[in-house]
Amino acid sequence: MTTIRVEETPHLTAILRLADTALVLSHRLSEWCGHAPMLEEDLALANIALDLLGQARLLYQHAAELEGKGRTEDDYAYLRDAPQFRNYLIAELPRGDFAFTIVRQTLFSAYFHPFWRRAANSTDRTLAAVAAKAEKELAYHLRHAGAWLVRLGDGTEESHRRTREALDALWPYTGEFFEVDAVSRAMIEAGVLPDPEALRPNFEETVDRLLREAGLPRPPAVWMQSGGLRGVHTEHLGHMLAVMQHLQRAYPGARW
Amino acid sequence: MYTQALNERIDGPRVVEDPEKLAAFQARIDAEEKIEPNDWMPEAYRRTLVRQISQHAHSEVVGMLPEGNWLTRAPTLKRKAALLAKIQDEGGHGLYLYAAAETLGVSREELYEQLLSGKAKYSSIFNYPTLTWADIGCIGWLVDGAAIMNQIPLCRTSYGPYARAMIRICKEESFHQRQGYEIMLALCRGTPEQKAMAQDALNRWWWPALMMFGPPDSESVHTEQSMRWKIKRFTNDELRQKFVDATVPQAHYLGLTIPDPELRYDEATGHWRYGPIDWDEFKRVIAGFGPCNRERLAARRKAHEEGRWVREAAIAHAEKRRMRERAQRLAAE
Amino acid sequence: MAEQPMPLWEVFVRARTGLAHRHVGSVHAPDAEMALQAARDTYTRRGEAISIWVVPSSAITASDPADKDSLFEPTASKIYRHPSFYEIPEEVGHM
Repeated sequence: MTTIRVEETPHLTAILRLADTALVLSHRLSEWCGHAPMLEEDLALANIALDLLGQARLLYQHAAELEGKGRTEDDYAYLRDAPQFRNYLIAELPRGDFAFTIVRQTLFSAYFHPFWRRAANSTDRTLAAVAAKAEKELAYHLRHAGAWLVRLGDGTEESHRRTREALDALWPYTGEFFEVDAVSRAMIEAGVLPDPEALRPNFEETVDRLLREAGLPRPPAVWMQSGGLRGVHTEHLGHMLAVMQHLQRAYPGARW
Repeated sequence: MYTQALNERIDGPRVVEDPEKLAAFQARIDAEEKIEPNDWMPEAYRRTLVRQISQHAHSEVVGMLPEGNWLTRAPTLKRKAALLAKIQDEGGHGLYLYAAAETLGVSREELYEQLLSGKAKYSSIFNYPTLTWADIGCIGWLVDGAAIMNQIPLCRTSYGPYARAMIRICKEESFHQRQGYEIMLALCRGTPEQKAMAQDALNRWWWPALMMFGPPDSESVHTEQSMRWKIKRFTNDELRQKFVDATVPQAHYLGLTIPDPELRYDEATGHWRYGPIDWDEFKRVIAGFGPCNRERLAARRKAHEEGRWVREAAIAHAEKRRMRERAQRLAAE
Repeated sequence: MAEQPMPLWEVFVRARTGLAHRHVGSVHAPDAEMALQAARDTYTRRGEAISIWVVPSSAITASDPADKDSLFEPTASKIYRHPSFYEIPEEVGHM
């Protein structure tokens, strides 16, 4: 099958942003499986990847209902090209070293844990149900990443240096969490999505607390990267999708 | 999962055991008593177990790699989730098994070192490449199927920690073979290209799967002693035959052909008789000349090396924290 | 330089309310919090637990199997500790 054309409404776009973000980050985390610093960590990262993949599937199924064209979760994941993906850029950056993964997980979870907690009150009942599940999962993801962040920041010279580099590299991608465009504005007003501005204090408090414990400086305010929400991605997403979508694209219409 | 270790000679100095203790030990085994970590055991029993359990653990963690090769290319989200959960299970099983081996007085670091230096063996099956998605189906169906044949009797093995790890592993693995067979089923019910993909994978995996049970009983150095100690409870050939009998009808249901022109059903015994296995290939792959031996070990070494700074940092932090807490306690006093 | 070994922890899991924690296996971790997380990720992937304990393996003191007779044999003769040792007439009913 060729690339599908999704007719996006604000509601559908909002759901796809969340679904795509969860899927893309899950994919990046799954790249650790079999290659983690210790066996215990292979299991931990796979658990987190599975949680995110589960969230993505529920959200795509919801998207399919909203669109009402009889699509499946796989149509959205496998039959859209990079410009149609709506994920936050932070999710698609390559796996990097373990410090990069831990910093990304920390920043991501510090935002998405309060996000899902608030989204549990969404006027979109399906989204609220996903949120109730995701909130618990994210609470653990944050605990896991936070614990590692502290250990790496306050471990050895090398671990401190790597963690700091990762923090500097990832910080410019946190601005997107708080971006509000016409789509999200409409959804916030409709009570579907929480207002990210309301989540900011919680996000900053979590990040500051963990950075302090890790002995890491808060990066200075810098120019924030943007684009994922409207389909303008980094160079990395195209490669990731080329791999991920390979079979669906090579054997159009086949069932697996 | 993989008891090929039982077919190698045990090295190390010969220990002369006290015949009285030896007899008492054998009596416990004969009475189906479990042996526990602190119990007296003959040195050869301990060595055999360390080698077998650690080889089994190595096989689980190396076994994550060929399947991991398709993790980022799984064709649907459902398959992606199942495959990730399955590979994660294998990591978990490696972990349980290393822990069981550690109860015998050898550390995971030492065992890992043996794997990375190439001194320790792991199941030869993981030195074959996964070239198409159907290979993931075949690994679940055949490799896990063969593993289950091997593992179920190990739940009753005489060493307690090993038996308990195996019980947990068998319980968790029950979905592995089914997910593999389901992949094969989807391919065989799919397009002609998919069916051809399934047949091609079966052609490549069938014989290596049969080799997983180890050399024929006539050539197996170790079976007899291991059977007497109830570390092993069936011979290689017995298990291999069980596997063939169970698998041939499953292949027929898929509409696939087993790549063995001599395969025939023996009415008299109710067994499927198979043609000769290429034991030269088996020995070659074990000796390090399989298609992927180098890649597999290189991948494990790379992960271990790249993870070193992480492990060091975690230990350093734990130490710093201990010191800080001590200083605080002292200051408070 | 040889790598410093990662400490070993024993894992105990309570499967349901009302049950005691039961030993399920072990994990390697640098400290207690990471051991707890590793235990959670390793031993509770199928909803097997509502509570976990982790204990440094080095903190466990075990009895010596060689002492089995002296430790556990003497109780075998104390049959008066068991209810069946005492004869109560049937008319008295369940006691």
